[in-house]
Amino acid sequence: MANAVHIVERTKAFFVEIGDISFFAGRYFREVFKAPFEFKELIRQCYNIGNRSLLLVGVTGFILGLVFTLQSRPTLMEFGAESWMPSMVGISIVREIGPVITALICAGRIGSGIGAELGSMRVTEQIDAMEVSGTNPFKYLVITRITAATLMLPLLIIFGDAIALLGSALVENFKGGVSFQLYFNKVFDALAFSDLLPATVKSFFFGFAIGLIGCYKGYFCKKGTVGVGEASNSAVVYTSMLLFVIDFIAVFVSDIFFEI
Amino acid sequence: MGSETNISPILEIKNLEKSFGNNKVLKGFNLQLFEGENLVVMGKSGSGKSVMIKCLVGLIQADSGSIHIKDNDITILGQTELDVLRTEIGFLFQGSALYDSMTVRENLEFPLRRHKKKLNMHEKTETLVVEALENVGLADAIDLMPAELSGGMKRRVALARALILKPKIILYDEPTTGLDPITAKEIIQLMRTIQKKYGTSSLIITHDVDCARVISNRIILLVDGINYAEGTYADLSHSDDPNIKAFFKQ
Repeated sequence: MANAVHIVERTKAFFVEIGDISFFAGRYFREVFKAPFEFKELIRQCYNIGNRSLLLVGVTGFILGLVFTLQSRPTLMEFGAESWMPSMVGISIVREIGPVITALICAGRIGSGIGAELGSMRVTEQIDAMEVSGTNPFKYLVITRITAATLMLPLLIIFGDAIALLGSALVENFKGGVSFQLYFNKVFDALAFSDLLPATVKSFFFGFAIGLIGCYKGYFCKKGTVGVGEASNSAVVYTSMLLFVIDFIAVFVSDIFFEI
Repeated sequence: MGSETNISPILEIKNLEKSFGNNKVLKGFNLQLFEGENLVVMGKSGSGKSVMIKCLVGLIQADSGSIHIKDNDITILGQTELDVLRTEIGFLFQGSALYDSMTVRENLEFPLRRHKKKLNMHEKTETLVVEALENVGLADAIDLMPAELSGGMKRRVALARALILKPKIILYDEPTTGLDPITAKEIIQLMRTIQKKYGTSSLIITHDVDCARVISNRIILLVDGINYAEGTYADLSHSDDPNIKAFFKQ
């Protein structure tokens, strides 16, 4: 009985939190187009989120491309289909693996960073100090970070995809003697508009989700250093779950429009 | 402050009530702060001092009662009007609350960048920042990060930031808590110097009797969410009431 009550309580708390996050997102849309605009802080956040994630996204993408090609090659060789490798890798990476893996990495790096930063600002009363000085902290801290994450994620995903394809081309060049030009010609021949558009659109949603959850968890962080750790940790957990939900919805909608 | 009754207060709280769930923290608190006055609110931990001071600047919404600052009832002000009024109030937080990702200079520039034009401040930002830091004796720390400062230095920089927009009212939330006795005395002295220099009105929340003795013109004792007693330090420190004695016989 106690367990059942506990489960009901947890479920209730979960749905209350979903409601709170929805209100938080609603507040973002209500305030994002209202003056004053914090352009300077937005640019700074774009730099923090975009430029400082390049190395991590690049290294991960490169290894992803290498490993994916190395693992797939023997299977394709068994069927004498190794010439399909560029198209297969290209479509897989651009349509699904690239965006999801890059978004998950960014959820870890960006989401947890935002959660911890805003959480510690909340705990040390820096957010209150900002509000008392006549600056709207939601506009300065939250809107800039969510917008920056939404704008930067698609760019990071494109960059990650490109590096992953480069890694794959490198393996094909070494193992199969396929030239880089031939490899990329085959990749671009295989890719269609219906592959690029849904992947690009969903990457904006991925960025929005990462910024939103990170900011929500940090902004409403409970008191104490434990609260900061929890904010950072749960930002990653919630964002990761949300990314898969968004991905499922994106695939579902793409299927309706493009019959993938 | 003998002529308080003849002039209207710069800040007035009437019947302020605030509860958190079933816990009623403020049960009809009243306060009047007059121009140029140093008013100390004392009370033990959990008596509602910090809740009261946060209600004053709109960080916490009061359940009922009114808070008038310069003839504006902040409980009914819109966000924009409240933000404008907040520029006339300096707030020194208990933990200093310096923006730790910014240097001391950037901490002081932050409110200036937003409100300098609105407040018709014609001096250069750099001049105002240096002046504010010189007032607290920390001009050399201008390019340091908050993490590089001691507790006392942080409190001084926070005071400089609270003063940078030249507010009429300064609210101090436990200004000496967490500081060693010598640094605490320096901060109290600094508060007096600033009050004399700029003629500000100060509301000081504290449980530091020394601080109250040195700085107060008047003291209000906040006990169980109400004004328990009010008077000068001399009046209250000689009271026979055991609840009042408990504060002053430390």
